[in-house]
Amino acid sequence: MKTQTTIGAKTVMAVTGVFLLLFVLGHMVGNLQYFAGEETLNAYAEMLQGLGPLLWIIRLSLLAIFLAHVISATTVVRRNRAARPVAYACKENLTSTFASRTMLMSGLIVGAFVIYHLLHFTVVLDANLAAIKHPEGGALDVYGMVTAAFSHGPTTLIYVIANILLALHCSHGVQSALQTFGLRSEKCAACQRLTSHAIGALILLGNLAVPLSIHFCNCRA
Amino acid sequence: MKLTLHVWRQKNASDQGRMETISADGVSPDMSFLEMLDLVNDRLEKEGVEPIAFDHDCREGICGMCSLMINGVAHGPEAGTTACQLHMRSFQDGDSIHIEPWRSRAFPVIRDLIVDRASFERIQHAGGYVSVNCGGAPDGNAVPISKIEADLAMDAAACIGCGACVASCPNGSAMLFVAAKVAQFAHLPQGQPERKKRVQAMVATMDAEGFGACSNHYECEAVCPKDIPVKFIGELNREYLRTACGD
Ligand code: FES
Repeated sequence: MKTQTTIGAKTVMAVTGVFLLLFVLGHMVGNLQYFAGEETLNAYAEMLQGLGPLLWIIRLSLLAIFLAHVISATTVVRRNRAARPVAYACKENLTSTFASRTMLMSGLIVGAFVIYHLLHFTVVLDANLAAIKHPEGGALDVYGMVTAAFSHGPTTLIYVIANILLALHCSHGVQSALQTFGLRSEKCAACQRLTSHAIGALILLGNLAVPLSIHFCNCRA
Repeated sequence: MKLTLHVWRQKNASDQGRMETISADGVSPDMSFLEMLDLVNDRLEKEGVEPIAFDHDCREGICGMCSLMINGVAHGPEAGTTACQLHMRSFQDGDSIHIEPWRSRAFPVIRDLIVDRASFERIQHAGGYVSVNCGGAPDGNAVPISKIEADLAMDAAACIGCGACVASCPNGSAMLFVAAKVAQFAHLPQGQPERKKRVQAMVATMDAEGFGACSNHYECEAVCPKDIPVKFIGELNREYLRTACGD
C-alpha cells in the first residue's frame, strides 16, 4: 500500500492512532493506582523499571508509532492546505465540530506536552523531584514525586490544558479512524460518535483525577 | 424583493479577481436563484456592464452544472437542492447575499463564478466506467441483483458530479464524489471485473489532481444536492484497502 496516497496516509494515521489510544488508556489505568496508595503505585513503577530491555523495546516502538502518526498527519495536512489555495470570503461550517477543525492544533500541543511530560517525570530535570524520586539509599518513590509535582499550581494547569486537548483530539480521532477503516455504519453513526466522545471524556476524567485531587484536596493523608 | 449581492468577479484565469457589490431590484420570490441572476445580468447588459458569468444547463437539478457558493454554503441554504432549484423565497427582502465560485486547486476559476471541473472528468476517465462487450441487449433479469444492492447502487449513482462536496470540504477533498462513483459499480455485477483496477486508478487520479483528504468533517454530506451519504466514503476506504495490499 502506498502511504503517500490520501487513503494510505489516513490509514497509517488511523492505525497508529489506535495504538496511541491504547497506550493512553493503559497509561491512565497505571496512573490511577495512585488512589490505591503509595505501596501499590511504587510497586507498579518498580515493576515497569524491572522490565529491562523489554521496557526499551516498548519505548522505541511507541516512539516509532508516534513518529508515523506525525508524519502521516503532516502528509495529509500539507495536501489539504494545498487543495484550497484561495479561501472563501464567506464560509459556513454546517457539520464540522470544534474538535474536528482543531485536530492539527490539538495534536501539535499534545505532542509538545508529551515531550514536557517525559522531561518532567521520566528524565526528571527538576532537582527537587529527582531527590524525591530516588531518595538516598531509599527505594523508588513515584508516589511522592507525583504528589509533590501536582501540589504546584502552574504544573497542574499545564496538565489540565493538555488533557482537555488530548480528550478533544481523541473524541474526533476515534470516530475518524472508524470511518477510515470503513467500519462506520449509517445505522450506528450516532452511537459511534457518542462512543468517541465518551472515550474522550474518560481520558479527560481518568487523567485529571490524580492531579486535580492532589491539587484540591491533597489526598496524601 | 430588493437584494444586495456580493459577487466574485474575475475576468479570466490569470486575473486576481475581487468581490463586487451589485444590487438586485424587482426580484420575485418565485424566481429561481439563477433567474434572479438573469434579471441582474439583463440590467447590467443594458447599462453596458459585463454580465456575471455563471455555469448552468438543465436548471432542473439533474446536470450538476450550476455551482455557486451562496452565503458560504454550496448550492445555498436549502438542503438537498441545487442552486438552480433554489428559489428566492428562501431569502428575505433586503438580504445581502455572498456569491462565490467553488474554491479548489483542482477547480481553477475560469471567469467570475465559473470553474473548470475537468479534473472530475479525468477521475471518471480513470475508472468510472464498465466495459461491455458488443452484441444484442441482454435479457431483462438475466442477471439477478438483490433489491438492497440495487438500491445502494442507485443511491450512489444519484451523484450529478457538481463538485459541491469539494467546495464545502475544508480540505477540498473529492472523496464523496469518488466514493459515489466507485460504489455505484461495486454494488452491481457489471462492475465486478474492473472493481480492483477502478478504485486504485480513481483514487490515484484524485490525488494527482490535487484534491485533499477526508478528515471526517462531513460538510460534503450536508451540502450534497443529491444527499449522497458519507457511508460511501467508508466504503471507498474499504474498497481501496482491500485492493491495495500487494502494491
Ligand atoms: S443547472 Fe443543472 S443541476 Fe443546476
